[in-house]
Amino acid sequence: MTPPLKLKHLLSAGDLNRDEATLVLDTATEMAATAGREVKKLPTLRGRTVVNLFYEDSTRTRISFEAAAKRLSADVINFSAKGSSVSKGESLKDTALTLQAMGADAVVIRHSASGAPHRLAHWIDGTVINAGDGTHEHPTQALLDAYTIRSRHGRIEGLKVAIVGDVLHSRVARSNVALLHTLGAHVTLVAPPTLLPVGAVAWPVDLGFDLDAVLPTADVVMMLRVQRERMTDSFFPSEREYARRYGLDADRVRSLPSHAIVMHPGPMNRGMEIAPEVADSARSTIVEQVANGVSVRMAVLYLMLGGSR
Amino acid sequence: MAYPAADSPDPIDAVSGKTIISSADLARIVDRIAHQILEKTDGARDTMLLGIPTRGVPLARRLASRIRSFESVEVPVGALDVTLYRDDLRLRGARAVGPTDLPRGGVDARRVILVDDVLFSGRTIRAALDALADLGRPRIVQLAVLVDRGHRELPIRADYVGKNIPTSVDESVRVLLAETDGIDEIRITGKEPS
Repeated sequence: MTPPLKLKHLLSAGDLNRDEATLVLDTATEMAATAGREVKKLPTLRGRTVVNLFYEDSTRTRISFEAAAKRLSADVINFSAKGSSVSKGESLKDTALTLQAMGADAVVIRHSASGAPHRLAHWIDGTVINAGDGTHEHPTQALLDAYTIRSRHGRIEGLKVAIVGDVLHSRVARSNVALLHTLGAHVTLVAPPTLLPVGAVAWPVDLGFDLDAVLPTADVVMMLRVQRERMTDSFFPSEREYARRYGLDADRVRSLPSHAIVMHPGPMNRGMEIAPEVADSARSTIVEQVANGVSVRMAVLYLMLGGSR
Repeated sequence: MAYPAADSPDPIDAVSGKTIISSADLARIVDRIAHQILEKTDGARDTMLLGIPTRGVPLARRLASRIRSFESVEVPVGALDVTLYRDDLRLRGARAVGPTDLPRGGVDARRVILVDDVLFSGRTIRAALDALADLGRPRIVQLAVLVDRGHRELPIRADYVGKNIPTSVDESVRVLLAETDGIDEIRITGKEPS
């Protein structure tokens, strides 16, 4: 029997073909069903070790991976760069070899450098799962977003998805573009010209600069965080002007079709890319996305670690 | 009603193997198990049937429908997927997880009859017992299988057996059901082509 996921590592959302991505989403549905059980823990990954290697701050992704691994009975080792030998100058490679020596079956890595998970995959024997690398990719976020869209709309194929905001610095946007395209959605990127990467013209998406033109036909609006910590330049004149042209406020939400949903990967800049009353409205899936994150990461860990190596 | 596709390693082609139980015989066997369940459970009181995917689920539904037609008792039917509890995941690889869906009210204090097509090593049933323990605490757990082919690797036995079929370990026994395979029959396939 061939394992359903032939991937050794999950570095990019583009690593998954349509069948594989659908398998992850279907498995996540079953994983979500186990959350309602009397005993939520499954014995599936007993004896496996998952290391969360976080070089960059994160709340939901790290907790989500930790919860997912623990629900599947894996042993979890949390590593954060702060308070470790990294602050003494240890390199990623030396840290990786240390983890290898400790027998990590999977390493979940978050790093500020794009491509760090890719390098890591060459150094260690275990499975590497990219939990966000620089401005490159965040594949499990794209999977949980796709799961959320599918559970709200019942399908992904043929839906119109607008991804709005700081596309330039967003790994979430890159992974979502790849995965949503694989799953048959039509993606439109809406951003100030300064926050669209030059290469975006080659992506399988439509590009737009006018948010109000896109909203009336969108099934899904995905707002991106303005990543001030990565901004080394002035990309827009002021926060007020950004909010006025690209922020999702209550007025703009009224122009959406009634079935449309509003997503945000978090953490939010309330009042900037998204108004507080929109973030807390019934259309918003923001809290749901967090809950779905655990189910999707359980599915990924099970499908990648459950089988033989 | 759609069932998940069977994930058997070598899909059954139309000609492979020898048919040992035909459609009419299979229906009689299901009827007999249904009668036995009624007899041994005081008319299926406080009883539920939990089918183990893939083919245990349609079998459980058939048993419930036969029980209904014999004694007009409604027996709740559910599905219990055991994939995440298997002990051979490392050997055979992670596979797609099937649906688990419990009848309303859950398994607590009920008589749960697990239903599967073929009883072989007993490892699937071991996994099912573990899965069941995580869902609640049934008063009693029983096992109904269409075929017992022997070669147990664990101390497990069935309470209701449709047919004992002596086999060699090399052979493989396939239950085909109209709901999943388009035809009702039981086939036995040898190691070398017959």
